[in-house]
Amino acid sequence: MEKIFQKLSLASASLVFVLLIGIFITLFSAAKPAIDEFGFDFITNSDWNKEVVLDSPDTLESEDSIGVDDDMIDDEDDLILDEDDDMLLDDEDEAVTKTIYGGLVPIVGTLLTTIIALAFALPIAMGIAVFLAEIAPKNISNIVGIAIELLAAIPSIIFGMWGLYYFAPIVADLVGGYQVSLLTAGLVLGVMILPFMAAITRDSMNTTPAVLKESAYALGATKFEVIKDVIFPFSKVGIIGSIILALGRALGETMAVAFLIGSIFVLPDAINDPTISIPVAMANNFGEASGLGESALFYLALILFIISFAVISIAKFYFLKKAK
Amino acid sequence: MRLVVNKIFLALSIFSAIIGLAFLGWILTTLFIKGLSSFHFSLFLNDLIDGGLRNLIVGQMILAGLASLIGIPLGMTAGIYIQEYGQGRYASIIRDLSDIMMSAPSIVIGAFVYAVVVVPTGGTSGWAGAIALAIMMIPVVINTTDSMLSLVPRELREAGIALGASKYKVIIDIVIKAAKVGIMTGILLAFARIIGETAPLLFTSETSNYFSLNLSESFPSLTVSIYDLANEPEESSRDLAWAASFILTVLVLIINLSGRFITRNKK
Repeated sequence: MEKIFQKLSLASASLVFVLLIGIFITLFSAAKPAIDEFGFDFITNSDWNKEVVLDSPDTLESEDSIGVDDDMIDDEDDLILDEDDDMLLDDEDEAVTKTIYGGLVPIVGTLLTTIIALAFALPIAMGIAVFLAEIAPKNISNIVGIAIELLAAIPSIIFGMWGLYYFAPIVADLVGGYQVSLLTAGLVLGVMILPFMAAITRDSMNTTPAVLKESAYALGATKFEVIKDVIFPFSKVGIIGSIILALGRALGETMAVAFLIGSIFVLPDAINDPTISIPVAMANNFGEASGLGESALFYLALILFIISFAVISIAKFYFLKKAK
Repeated sequence: MRLVVNKIFLALSIFSAIIGLAFLGWILTTLFIKGLSSFHFSLFLNDLIDGGLRNLIVGQMILAGLASLIGIPLGMTAGIYIQEYGQGRYASIIRDLSDIMMSAPSIVIGAFVYAVVVVPTGGTSGWAGAIALAIMMIPVVINTTDSMLSLVPRELREAGIALGASKYKVIIDIVIKAAKVGIMTGILLAFARIIGETAPLLFTSETSNYFSLNLSESFPSLTVSIYDLANEPEESSRDLAWAASFILTVLVLIINLSGRFITRNKK
């Protein structure tokens, strides 16, 4: 019995290992056709689902025919040329056009929404953390703390709906531009990671020994000075770890962003232009995709998985371990 | 001057706490106003095809319940291994990997389950959805079990072993009992988290307009349907989405608060 129980628990623990490796291998093999086809150019190419004509002799011919001045003849020429094209198509193999997929737009969209979210959430989250850890009396800190944690428990799809119908119109009125845009998506994402970031930053700040704070107060330091010169240096590593962890969450968030980003594969010219992010590209296109398109989505998933894996590892193992 | 800087800083900090609470208030008020105005008890009696939410609520519960049935035993035994049996590197690697998995993008989990379950079985199904949610849940349960078991004093284990109990007896009868409340809270919070998930279900369970208990076909999901309904142009669909969001949020918050209440009572 003892042996069975031990083996069983070892098996469950190993399942985590198997799952992570399994996810990686599955994503990689599903992305393999797209990786073979596009290689690393995928990351720098901004065209998604675009038909491109492969180089063939008929493109030269049609360029020659442009010089004809009479419209009628031109049309006839085109008609003839079209037939020629078709003939050529039949003569050569069918794959004269091919569909190309590039991941630049969703990758940029993911990074930019995360940066906007972070820029918005960071100062507010720090303020809340300071308030909870140092300013508020114990009972208020408890109540506000629970409220903030409840905000973190609200499903992300609710943030998305609220963002689209109530928050985005106000932002669009203030800033101008579209209601669905990089900016509104980033801000709603910021509201979403705010409580998470505030809660774990507060926990880091709370690790500062009371003795250190008390000695600073005894020397006549103000609250601000204690926070700036005692608490912050002491818990700095932990706070940075918390911020990066929140960043990891933001990178992979789907639903809050899906409502607001606009879901078009176009690089944004301005902060209030619509675009797309990796999770949203997957959420909206997975159903219809097949073949190379599906593989390209898996390629995006693989990239997202690797980025967030790296970000979370850095937060956990470098900063948060050191903080302990 | 120092005092002025201090005052400004404190004011800013309090201000940001107010902003945080204002967002919570704003979202909840919106939900209550929009949700309650389209809420009706007939929503619990009709399926989505007749303009109700019954099948979706039942479906979401089944998905999350099934995920718990898969995820809780696996997560708990893995947590027990890490804390009680594992020595040295392997256990700590598993702990680290589980921590990473806890923050893995949920949509990627969905894509993984799509590739290993949906494609081989030929279509979206309730099973696939439950498996995706279970994968989301396992690392959370591992984390809770691990940290709660670590709080159980060593002496309790030693007392058990001194009485001649075998190790698994000690774990099941003494250690788990001592950590029961903490583990239950963690499991409740994990359940509250997965029941509100949308992204891992989008292409695993999908959703269905009809009542279904057949887990081998597309399965009704409240969250996926909210996403579909909210994107439809008709006002009535969106109202239904708000009512569904309201029910979902109330459910999540109740589970979440009751989890906190259990721990508080214990203290």
